[in-house]
Amino acid sequence: MDTKKYVIKQISIFSENRPGRLAAVAQALGEEKINILAFSIAEANGFGVIRALVDHPEKAYKKLSSLGYNVAFTDVIAVQMKDQPGGLYDIAKVLGDSGINIEYSYAYSGKKVAVLILRVDQVEDAIEKIQGAGATLLEHTVFH
Amino acid sequence: MQFWDPRIEEMPKADLQKMQYKLLKSLICRLYSFSPFYHDRMKAQKVHPDDIRELSDIRKLPFMFKKDLRDNYPNHIFTATREELVRYHVSSGTTGKPTVVGYTQKDIDMWSTSIARGLTAIGLGRGDVIQVSYGYGLFTGGLGLHYGAERIGATVLPTSVGNTERQVELMQDLEVTAIACTPSYLLHIGEVAEKIGIDIKKDTHLKAGILGAEPWTENMRKRMENWLGIKAYDIYGTSELSGPMFTECAEQNGFHIWSDIALVEVIDPKTGESLEPGEKGELTLTMLQKEALPMIRYRIGDISSVDEDVCPCGRTSPRINRIQGRVDDMLIIRGINVFPSQVEYTLMTIPEVGEHFQIVVERTGALDDMLVRVELTKESFSDKINDLMKIRQNVEHRLRNALNVAVDVELVEPGSLPRFEGKSKKVIDKRAI
Repeated sequence: MDTKKYVIKQISIFSENRPGRLAAVAQALGEEKINILAFSIAEANGFGVIRALVDHPEKAYKKLSSLGYNVAFTDVIAVQMKDQPGGLYDIAKVLGDSGINIEYSYAYSGKKVAVLILRVDQVEDAIEKIQGAGATLLEHTVFH
Repeated sequence: MQFWDPRIEEMPKADLQKMQYKLLKSLICRLYSFSPFYHDRMKAQKVHPDDIRELSDIRKLPFMFKKDLRDNYPNHIFTATREELVRYHVSSGTTGKPTVVGYTQKDIDMWSTSIARGLTAIGLGRGDVIQVSYGYGLFTGGLGLHYGAERIGATVLPTSVGNTERQVELMQDLEVTAIACTPSYLLHIGEVAEKIGIDIKKDTHLKAGILGAEPWTENMRKRMENWLGIKAYDIYGTSELSGPMFTECAEQNGFHIWSDIALVEVIDPKTGESLEPGEKGELTLTMLQKEALPMIRYRIGDISSVDEDVCPCGRTSPRINRIQGRVDDMLIIRGINVFPSQVEYTLMTIPEVGEHFQIVVERTGALDDMLVRVELTKESFSDKINDLMKIRQNVEHRLRNALNVAVDVELVEPGSLPRFEGKSKKVIDKRAI
């Protein structure tokens, strides 16, 4: 199975945990006409990591790096969830039963469906198991 | 008025100076003959023991600096044999290498004697219970005060630092009459005591604090004395001299520098010229009787002035006034000396962070908190919070090991720390003492 098309490039940005940092990142992306499709902030004591799915990841990487930010790409997958009670359970159970660990995750409510973004320890396995369970994965072309 | 060594403590100044000259002369002769380090130093300065004909000839001798100990790490400068050494203490250096000091039995005895004179001068003696809440171990504070307190026949309660609630309980239950610790730790003890419902003024027998290892002020003295119902005395020293060893007397007006133990000079830190009594400059001490590690004209880096007048307490030795600052950028964090250069040196050995840093010191409650801000390098950035936390913990661990003091580390974005020379922006000291 070609799992590659389901692997989505997320950009992660290191940020200090203080007022104005998210605005600075968002402004830089806005100036480059880069659209943010989904994002989350993970915070630890004093610093955070901004994670985002954008329509032009390479362009975003270049822009933010040129401004001095620490930026990295991370592979994630996007699963379509039923936008109803139990929707998250279906996906999480598949992964749990297969012994695949979710390192982190965030969700967004798309135009038609709810989408769960997942960073897992075994990407290919996760793709196969989720498809095997009949759930729908979004291809990276949906984002970029 | 009690004296431990009345003959020396009340000796007329002229006689003290005669004694100092004799001690200096024999020390210099011994070092010139037996110590390659001092021999070479004196040769380089073109000075011979024969040139020391009166006490003021000490000015012909070369200075010593902390750097000399670092350059001769760990013990190449010692003038005692392995068989003669009875103890080591270790303090932080200015870079990666710590400073090692050594003692013969006589050195320990002189150190204890010096403290015994001070404790006696503030009215302590047999029957007193002295709680030593300086750190015991490589740091000189704990064992130094311990031996001095035992010397006068007092009972020592060696609590060291930490477990403060227990310290307060023991202070109350064992009827402690004096405590030796850093002034900030005594403030902390006072706060903890209040929290557990013990009023040190009313509920304990504490009457004196022997407080040192960090700078404090007359305001702090008044505050502690009123709040805790004690007399607060300053104590001065550094491991290169032996450790904490010179205290104030009951007059609370300057540290008595016992003339048979040390000769104090004040010099202009820029020119090295000697200054007059009362003039402010860098303290420079010569230890007249040390065997294992003689210090000749040692530039301590502390700024103060000397008072040569006979003290109203009757003691004739010169006094040095409260320390007013440093000639370098040394910080004192919870009684421990910290040099920004040590932080820099440590960071250079950790690839995950850059070499730029900023130190922020604050006082939360009574205790100092030190934060080091470092830049995460591009290569070591990971999307995983756990990886970043590990990097931070590693930097904290390494700094703690190098500095001997707990440090908080904050990871910041690359390029965000100020980049210019000088200490002014590298260290932000927000403490108001």
